[in-house]
Amino acid sequence: MANYDFQVLVLGSGPGGYVAALRAAELGMKTACVEKMETLGGTCLNVGCIPSKALLQSSESYEFIVERAGEQGIAVKGATFDLDAMMKRKATIVKGLVDGIAMLFKGKKIERLQGTAKFIDPHTVDINGKKVTAENIIIATGSESISLPFLPFDEKRVVSSTGALSLKTVPKKLLVIGAGAIGVELASVYRRLGSKVSIIEMLDTITPAMDAAICKQLQTLLKKQGIEFYLGAKVKSGIINDASVTLSVEYENKPMTMEGDVVLVAVGRRPYTKALDLDKAGMTLSPKGFVPVDANFRTTQPHIYAIGDVIEGPMLAHKASSEGIAAVELIAGHETHLNYMAIPNVIYTHPEVAAVGLTEAEARAAGLDIIIGTSFFRGNGRARCSGETDGFVKVIGEKKSNRLIGMHMIGAHASEMIAEGMLAMDKKATIADIAYACHAHPSLSETIMEAAQAAKGS
Amino acid sequence: MKIDIKVPAMGESISEATIGTILKEAGSFVQADEEIIELETDKVNQVLYAPQAGVVTWTTSHGAVVKIGDVIGSIDTDKQTGKAPLKEKKEAKAPPQQPAKAASPQMEMPLLQPPPAPPTSKAGVRGSKELFLSELTIPELQQKDPIRQEAPATQKTQQPAPQAPAGARTETRKKMSKIRKVIATRLVDVMQQTAMLTSFNEVDMTQVNALRESYKEAFAKKFGVRLGYMPFFVKAAVSAMKEFPEINAYIDGDDLAYRNYFDIGIAVGTDRGLVVPVVRNCDAITFADIEKNIESLAHKAREGGLTPADLQGGGFTITNGGTYGSLLSTPIINPPQCAILGMHKIEKRPVVVNDQIVIRSMMYLALSYDHRIVDGKEAVSFLVHIKNVLEDPSRLVLGI
Repeated sequence: MANYDFQVLVLGSGPGGYVAALRAAELGMKTACVEKMETLGGTCLNVGCIPSKALLQSSESYEFIVERAGEQGIAVKGATFDLDAMMKRKATIVKGLVDGIAMLFKGKKIERLQGTAKFIDPHTVDINGKKVTAENIIIATGSESISLPFLPFDEKRVVSSTGALSLKTVPKKLLVIGAGAIGVELASVYRRLGSKVSIIEMLDTITPAMDAAICKQLQTLLKKQGIEFYLGAKVKSGIINDASVTLSVEYENKPMTMEGDVVLVAVGRRPYTKALDLDKAGMTLSPKGFVPVDANFRTTQPHIYAIGDVIEGPMLAHKASSEGIAAVELIAGHETHLNYMAIPNVIYTHPEVAAVGLTEAEARAAGLDIIIGTSFFRGNGRARCSGETDGFVKVIGEKKSNRLIGMHMIGAHASEMIAEGMLAMDKKATIADIAYACHAHPSLSETIMEAAQAAKGS
Repeated sequence: MKIDIKVPAMGESISEATIGTILKEAGSFVQADEEIIELETDKVNQVLYAPQAGVVTWTTSHGAVVKIGDVIGSIDTDKQTGKAPLKEKKEAKAPPQQPAKAASPQMEMPLLQPPPAPPTSKAGVRGSKELFLSELTIPELQQKDPIRQEAPATQKTQQPAPQAPAGARTETRKKMSKIRKVIATRLVDVMQQTAMLTSFNEVDMTQVNALRESYKEAFAKKFGVRLGYMPFFVKAAVSAMKEFPEINAYIDGDDLAYRNYFDIGIAVGTDRGLVVPVVRNCDAITFADIEKNIESLAHKAREGGLTPADLQGGGFTITNGGTYGSLLSTPIINPPQCAILGMHKIEKRPVVVNDQIVIRSMMYLALSYDHRIVDGKEAVSFLVHIKNVLEDPSRLVLGI
């Protein structure tokens, strides 16, 4: 066999890439990781999941003090916030985490190659002029925000999620195009900090990946919080003025104009592969721009793997990490498995939304005979004590096997509670397993148990 | 040290077993190689032996359904004496089970074979929605908690139906047996996972019949078995497999594995379902050996005494539907084998020989094969080779 510089070369250091590199090093393989940015961690850590959660927490804490602390007999007069301080806190959190990855890389002797990777041939990659060869290559280059042709990102007036996480001032009027997870989360941040927020969505529903009942409830709650929704609305064009942006929107078959000082374009993300010169390695992209892979993450070149946002499937950090680990374990000859039905999906609004498995519509479309149980947090002791009584848990089972096939929830801390559904899906638990497991009292998770009991009885 | 007791692999089509008699109660001390528990399946019954001396612990109970590879208990080799009182108490309390009975002689199996590897890279590590949904129908997952879970719908219909008035249009239902379920699953799997098709030919059995007629007495006298058709079919198949080794090959991942030995499964109908015991080294044994082997295996099959070793590892299968009067059929292959030969009813038919219509004993041959491995040319030539050998068995002697 030819002599390669590395056994495993990972392209990209996001949650897919860096986790894959760490696992490869742990398994004793000589590993390198390429990253074009100065810091490791990719979109998730630098300009995605982590900074958005930092701002969501700060803004939520502020709103609690101003709006809801009174309910609990706490009077706070003249509470103010400092956006600059919030942003600094966010930056500190991000720095701590990305430095942590750099430390881990050092500790595990993973070579960090800074630059943009381009394929020269199937085993050779050019990184800013330096040629590196590898026995196995993992493409984990992630995704980028999709822009609208008439509204290119300037990250000041027209922002992607990246720009929205670093605004200097709170916009008076924020227009959000796209009601997916990113749209509703960032809309929430600035609404809490005082922006007037309108969300414009082409579909008839917000957060279309979620169960219909959850979407409806989320929209109702966000509306109550003051976010305006324009569903089934098409943004036709936009004009960027000195201090504002004007959008021409077709809504309910009528043209209208909307003006905001900032427009967040959150219409989706596309796989990021254009700099890679994949054709040099004999690979072509799917019509949607994804890197096609087989059931073992192999591209048309069996030693080149692709994971995370560059392959088809939901664009989720934890999915990328799990895929990265699975791909590396395949390379090392280990037995491994990844259950895609047990990958949770979370939206960090207030209340949070979380789901795992099939939605009711998907289960019906698959022709399954299903049982459904729903339980509301307003009947839960802990939820009442916390003043977090909005939302519910919906559990879906398959009738004959009694197996759990989907769990959907909207409510405070849903992101944490969905772990129970994830494990139940992964371990093929039945509705009865959940219904009879002894849940702590009082806790929000009792609502999951009660939903399972309701499904069992239905 | 604790050594796990696992359910060993018990044959190609066996994925689960029922716990039979627990020969050594939990807490009792056992010597290495002592019989400790019986496992029952619809095809074979098997006794497990203690891997080492120690005190046995069970995590299963009589009647429980277990999967191949499941841990059903352990042997603690550090403890060298059993808790006698517990054992006695348990025995006194135990439901009317048979006392530890000796295993039948044919049940000598290698001890606790390693369990088969879990599904991984070969099927793909990406567990899809489709896989998840397909698993919903795996029966053992359906009832994990029989006490608390309501009886599934299938059991409700199993309750005795009220007496129907005469002439009423009723249905009778009974639960599918385990062997029927295994057969059902495997047959559908074959149809979905292979590219199977069937090629036909017909063969003039006049010469085979003449041979059998001439030598049946001498053969029976010398070997003590009747000279049937099966040795001819087996030898013809071996001869053809030597010419066309793909027929005796199987797919393993990205490899094609060619067997350099000739083990042929012979389908035998029993009242518990179809089983396919394997006759080994068919190239090296005589006609009489083949007859004796088949007779002994068929006997075992009908008595329910087949061992896993009797069923494993065949490279090719012959099924004779002619026994039941079948004129023509398309047999289904038995993976990982890639072909199966169907023999049929021999009947006198008018055929044209040298421009004359004559009466000949004719039989249709059917070869179903996995087109992923075998091309049409090979399959058809294989079948023609068998036809030629059967029409002129002297070719076997000459090796042509």
